[in-house]
Amino acid sequence: MSDTNTFDATDLAEIERLTAKYPEKQAAVLPVLWYAQDKFGHTDPSVQKLVADTLNIPEAHIYGVVTFYTQFYEKPMGRHVLDVCTCLSCQVCGGYDILQYLEEKLEIKAGETTPDGEFSIQSVECLGACGYAPMLQVTNDKFVNHLTHKKIDKLIEALKAGKKPEFESNRMPQHENGSE
Amino acid sequence: MTNDWKSYNPLLLPAIKDLHEITVYEKNNGYQALRKILKDQETWSPNNVIGEVKAANIRGRGGAGFNAGLKWSFMPEPDGKPRYLACNGDESEPGTFKDRKIFEFNPHLFIEGSIIAAYAMQINVIYVYIRGEYRPFLKKLQKAIDQAYENGYLGKKVLGTDFSVEMYTHMGAGAYICGEESSLMESLEGKRGYPRVKPPFPAQRGLWGRPTTINNIETLANVPLVMNNGADWYLEIGPDTHPGPVLYGISGHVNRPGVYEYPAGMDIMTLINDVAGGVRGGKKLKALIPGGSSTPPLRADMLEGVSMDSDSLREAGSMMGTAGMVVLDEDTDMVDLIWRISHFYSHESCGQCTPCRDGTGWLEKTLRKIKDGNGELRDLDLLLAICHRMEGRTICALADAAAWPVRYSIDRFRDEFEKKCRKTVYAVA
Ligand SMILES: Cc1cc2nc3c(=O)[nH]c(=O)nc-3n(C[C@H](O)[C@H](O)[C@H](O)COP(=O)(O)O)c2cc1C
Ligand code: SF4
Repeated sequence: MSDTNTFDATDLAEIERLTAKYPEKQAAVLPVLWYAQDKFGHTDPSVQKLVADTLNIPEAHIYGVVTFYTQFYEKPMGRHVLDVCTCLSCQVCGGYDILQYLEEKLEIKAGETTPDGEFSIQSVECLGACGYAPMLQVTNDKFVNHLTHKKIDKLIEALKAGKKPEFESNRMPQHENGSE
Repeated sequence: MTNDWKSYNPLLLPAIKDLHEITVYEKNNGYQALRKILKDQETWSPNNVIGEVKAANIRGRGGAGFNAGLKWSFMPEPDGKPRYLACNGDESEPGTFKDRKIFEFNPHLFIEGSIIAAYAMQINVIYVYIRGEYRPFLKKLQKAIDQAYENGYLGKKVLGTDFSVEMYTHMGAGAYICGEESSLMESLEGKRGYPRVKPPFPAQRGLWGRPTTINNIETLANVPLVMNNGADWYLEIGPDTHPGPVLYGISGHVNRPGVYEYPAGMDIMTLINDVAGGVRGGKKLKALIPGGSSTPPLRADMLEGVSMDSDSLREAGSMMGTAGMVVLDEDTDMVDLIWRISHFYSHESCGQCTPCRDGTGWLEKTLRKIKDGNGELRDLDLLLAICHRMEGRTICALADAAAWPVRYSIDRFRDEFEKKCRKTVYAVA
């Protein structure tokens, strides 16, 4: 497994660029882990070792970082990870209903991945979209807000068809005329 | 503060199309504060800029409400070695979703404010820490930063002067605690986000052991307003002790949730009923969490005449926090709500301090037991005792933030908690 994950020359140049932002190499651990996760889809022990070797930092340190932060995937996940917010405003605006609907639709529980490897579901803490509840985030990227069962159906269809959601801009209600 | 809010024109997030584009920002007086300062560095020496910002009393918008200029004045004299500004865009306190508006709609205002802050504190490197979940918003900020470099506001010799400053973004990866300033620095240094024991304070020993100032994104966005118009002008907005515009993030059971900008000190009932369109479905208001999950909830009957500023909220029995207001209607199950908040803090405790690591866990477990109908009345006393053993006994304020909502909810919604508990029966041996 460990030799299937490698950084090529382009990767190493990018890592060099990331490291140059800081006075010490260790500061690049988070950005390089992000870079690795974007490339490999996760930061499992083999990726952790690769990052450790590349930055010349003990593997134990990298492991410590990966396990501290929730967005680093310690093992391979589904192709699409659906992070449903169930915290505070989302809780009182139907976040758990959305979670349950997704669990029933995809026939898995939060924390699991569908057998075909397409979807993972997680119940997560506040994502900072409180005014647009209930909502979810797709694979550490776009927010999908104001969720309804119908909107979920559409989202799942789109993701299956390989279409990623668009960035949803939420304008300030105060600016009625829509300019901003 | 009766009806004049209706004619208020937003200053942080004005209704100008494409303001996130540098050309539009420049056309609308953008980067003029920075130009003014750099052009006349005799009038606007670093110390004079700090003095002006201090006089304006910009209360930190990250939660603690500390005077930004005063904080800047704690930085020691430059010694020729690096010193840093870290901008806090971690925005993870449940109920808070305002800094992302600045990234999306007016990033240059924040960038300009940060450059002025760096100039005032004689700093040459700025890091912007953004929570990993805000990746889509970070992309927007990065674009604006690139534009600012192109137009000579960032980089070597800003606008042809001797002042140079770099601005780098740093993305978190999912950890609420990294919003706490010393945890943020650990995370920036590439480590687990364990808060540091204070003192030493960041101005003495911050990033890589060097003097560092940490400010919230919205705080820094206020700086160009002050430098363009003067502290006296700024002090005219909002209450005397808590001046300036505030981004109110209103969520929960209201008809028109969202982020609104009005002067600090807005009447709470006006915000709920008039600004945000009132409680959804014609329901009655039960409670308000005024400034993010850690600020004690206020019952509806405690809100009369209370305004969104630190003095008024303190008197009412809560805090301004991040001005992330969560409105709760009459059907809200407070036990469920407080359990979920406890779950959050238990999940986010970094685990360094026993009172916090274990305390947040026990709060969560005990509340879950009560919410599931297995609680006893004595569990309420147990909860209060746990809170008591957490408050003020830890490295950072997360433990307090976790204890307050529990303590004050039991106090203010005791009926609801008692209703879910069985009477305590002591077994006879
Ligand atoms: C547990 C905890 C979490 C915090 N999270 C944030 C945050 O997400 N954003 C923020 O600006 N400040 C946060 N703070 C406050 C920061 O420690 C710090 O006071 C603030 O960034 C200073 O900026 P200001 O003075 O401009 O408000 C948090 C504090 C604690 C104790
Ligand atoms: S109070 Fe909690 S979050 Fe803060 S340092 Fe201690 S254990 Fe970590």
